Amino acid sequence: MSTESRSAAEQPVNGQVPADTRGAGVTADGTAAVPMAGSTPVVAATPAVAARPRVAARPTVADTATAASETNGAPSTGWQPADAPAGDRPRQHQPDEAPAARRGPVPGWLRFFFSELRLVFGRPRNLALLGVLAAVPIFFGIVFRLAISAPTGPGGGPAFLNQLAGNGVFLALVVLTLLLLLLLPLAIAVISGDSIAGEAGLGTLRGLLAVPAGRTRLLSVKYAVIAVFCLAACLMITVISLIMGLILFHVGPVTLLSGTTVPLWAGIGRIMLVTVYVAIALTSAGAIGLAASTLTQHPVGAIAGLLVVIIGSEISDQVPQLSAIHSYLPTHYWLAWDGLFRAPIDWSGVAHGLLSFAVYGVIFVSIAWAKFTSADVSS
Amino acid sequence: MSTVAELALASSGLTKQFRGGQLAVDGIDLAVPTGSVYGFLGPNGSGKTTTIRMLLGLIQPTSGSHDVLGLPMPAGQAEALPLVGSLVEGPAFYPHLSGRANLARLDAADRTANPASMHDRIERALDRVGLLAAANKRYRAYSLGMKQRLGIATSLLRQRQLVILDEPTNGLDPQGTREVRSLIRKIAADGTTVFVSSHLLAEVEQICSHVGVMRTGKLVYQGPLADLQGQARLLVRSPQPDRAATVLREIGLTGVAQVGQEVSADLGPMLPQDINERLVRAGVPVAGLETPRRSLEDEFVELTGEGFDVD
Repeated sequence: MSTESRSAAEQPVNGQVPADTRGAGVTADGTAAVPMAGSTPVVAATPAVAARPRVAARPTVADTATAASETNGAPSTGWQPADAPAGDRPRQHQPDEAPAARRGPVPGWLRFFFSELRLVFGRPRNLALLGVLAAVPIFFGIVFRLAISAPTGPGGGPAFLNQLAGNGVFLALVVLTLLLLLLLPLAIAVISGDSIAGEAGLGTLRGLLAVPAGRTRLLSVKYAVIAVFCLAACLMITVISLIMGLILFHVGPVTLLSGTTVPLWAGIGRIMLVTVYVAIALTSAGAIGLAASTLTQHPVGAIAGLLVVIIGSEISDQVPQLSAIHSYLPTHYWLAWDGLFRAPIDWSGVAHGLLSFAVYGVIFVSIAWAKFTSADVSS
Repeated sequence: MSTVAELALASSGLTKQFRGGQLAVDGIDLAVPTGSVYGFLGPNGSGKTTTIRMLLGLIQPTSGSHDVLGLPMPAGQAEALPLVGSLVEGPAFYPHLSGRANLARLDAADRTANPASMHDRIERALDRVGLLAAANKRYRAYSLGMKQRLGIATSLLRQRQLVILDEPTNGLDPQGTREVRSLIRKIAADGTTVFVSSHLLAEVEQICSHVGVMRTGKLVYQGPLADLQGQARLLVRSPQPDRAATVLREIGLTGVAQVGQEVSADLGPMLPQDINERLVRAGVPVAGLETPRRSLEDEFVELTGEGFDVD
C-alpha cells in the first residue's frame, strides 16, 4: 500500500477549503445543505476526518486490497462484499462549496452566458472575422472617397456615390448593404454553425453535458451569444462607417428619401435603427445555423448549410418566376428598412420583416431544441 | 437523498441498440457499491463507453433503467450529476485556452457551482493532478499525459461522490500510468466511489475492489475482484505426488489434479499451514507448498473466451 494515499486521506480536507466556502455543502449523510436565500449560511456539521478509524495492519490482505478497503473508511479486514449493508460504509463529505442552485436560475445562467461570450469573442478565428468586417468600411470609405475625387467627379459614378458625397453618414448604409450580400451571412454562419457542432467536433460537448450544463440551458446560452455577436458585428460596422464618413466626407443634416431633412443626430438615430434591424435579421438566420449545428458533428457542414440557405434564398428572391414565394424567403426582408428613411417613418416594411424574422427564429430554434434535447451525443 | 445509496451506480436491463441495428449494450445489470473502486473491463468495442455515456445521460437507452447515486435517471440528472465527476472517452478541451481557463469554462457551465470558490477549487484540482506549473499553458501545447491529467482534474473540481473515468490511462507511458493509478487511489481514499473502465488488466488488478467484465455488450461477470481471483489453488510439490493427492482428497479438498511431481487442488476455506501439517503428519514429504493466485488475465481469457483484444 502506498504511503502517499494514506497520508492524503488523513489530511483534513476541509482544512484546505477557504473559509468563505464553508457556508454549506454536502453533509455526512450525503444531504445537500443549502443556505436559504437571504439567511445566514448554515455551517454544516463536518465529520472529523482526521480522527476516522483506521486499521494499522491488515494481515493476509494483498496490497491491492488495501487501496479499496480504505475507501470505506471503516475497520475492515478485507473485501466488502457487494451486498454489505450501506450502514457499514460511513462516508465523509467535507463542505465543498456553497451550491448556487437555489439562488434562482438567472445568476447561474448569466455566468455560463459570460463564459460563452468570452469563448466566442476570445477565439482567434472569430476575432479575425470581426477584423475583416471592421476593415470593410475603412476600405470602401477610402475607395469611395477616391472615386468621388477622381476626374469624372460627382455624377459620373453610381447614384449612391452622389449621396455619399452629399453626406458621409450614408456610408454606414452602403457598407451594411454590401456586407449583407456575403460577408455578414458568412460570419453568422461560422458562429452559429460552430455553436453546437464545434463543441461536438472538439469533444467538449460531452464534457459540458456531463457537468451537467443542461441541454436546453446550453442551447439558450449558445443562441443568446449568437444574437450578441450579430448585434456586436452590426454595431461595429455602423460605428466604424460613421467615423470613416465623418473623416472622409461632408457630414451634415440628413435628407430622407421622402425629401424631408432631419438633423444629423436624428439621421444617425435612424441609421442605428437600421443596424438593429439588420442584427435581428441575422439573428433569425442564426437560428437556422443553430438548427443545422445540432444535426452534425462537423461545423463546416453546418456553416455550409446555412450559407446555402441564405444564398439560395437571395437568388430565389431575384427570380421573377418565384414571386409567389418571395415574401416567405428568409432573406426577403433583409433590406426592407427603407421605410425608416421616410418622414413620418413607414413601419410596414420593417414590421413585415420583424414578423418574418420572428417566425423563422421560432421555427428553427424549436427544431434545434427538439433535435438537441433528444439526440444521442456520441461525439 | 436522506441516506447514502447503497449502490453508487445501478442499472437494470440497460440496453442500447444503435440505429443501424447494432446491439452495443445488451441488458446489463450494473451494481457498483458505494465506496468501491469498480473496474469496468472489456475488450475494445465491448460496449464500455456506450454504457458510460448512458449512465451520464449523453445517450438514451433503448430500454432498461438506471440510478446514479440512488436517483433514477434521467429525472434525477440535474441533482445527481453535479456529484459525479467524469472523463468520457479521453480528454477533450478547447485547444486555444489554457488548462486553467478550460476548467473555469466547465465550472461556469455548472449551475450548482459557487463562483466565489472557483479559483481555489481550480487551483486545488490542478495541484492534485500536478498541473499547476502548466496551468497557463495552452491546452494544445500539452502532452498526452498532461491532457489526460487535465481530464481527471475536471472530475476533481468539486467534492464528488462518484468519479467515472473512461480509459484514463489510454495512451500514457508507464510513468503517466503510474501517476494516474496513484491519483485514482487518492480519489478513492477520500471516500469517493470510483468507476474506471479499462482494457488494461494490470491496471484494474492493482487498484480495483470490484470488477465488471463486458463482452460484446453483455456483462459476463460482476463482483468483488477477490471473488474473481478467489478460487485460490494450492500447489504441493512432493517426490510422492500420489500420496500427497490422496491426503489432499482425504481432508476434503476438491479439484485435485496431479502433474508430474506437482499436485494442485482448490484451496477452499482451509489454511495452507494446516494442510501442510496434515501432509507432514501423514508422512508425505513436502518439497514445496504454495498458493498461487490466478492472474486477472487468466480469468479474462476464461470470461471473454478469445484473446483479450480479439472480440
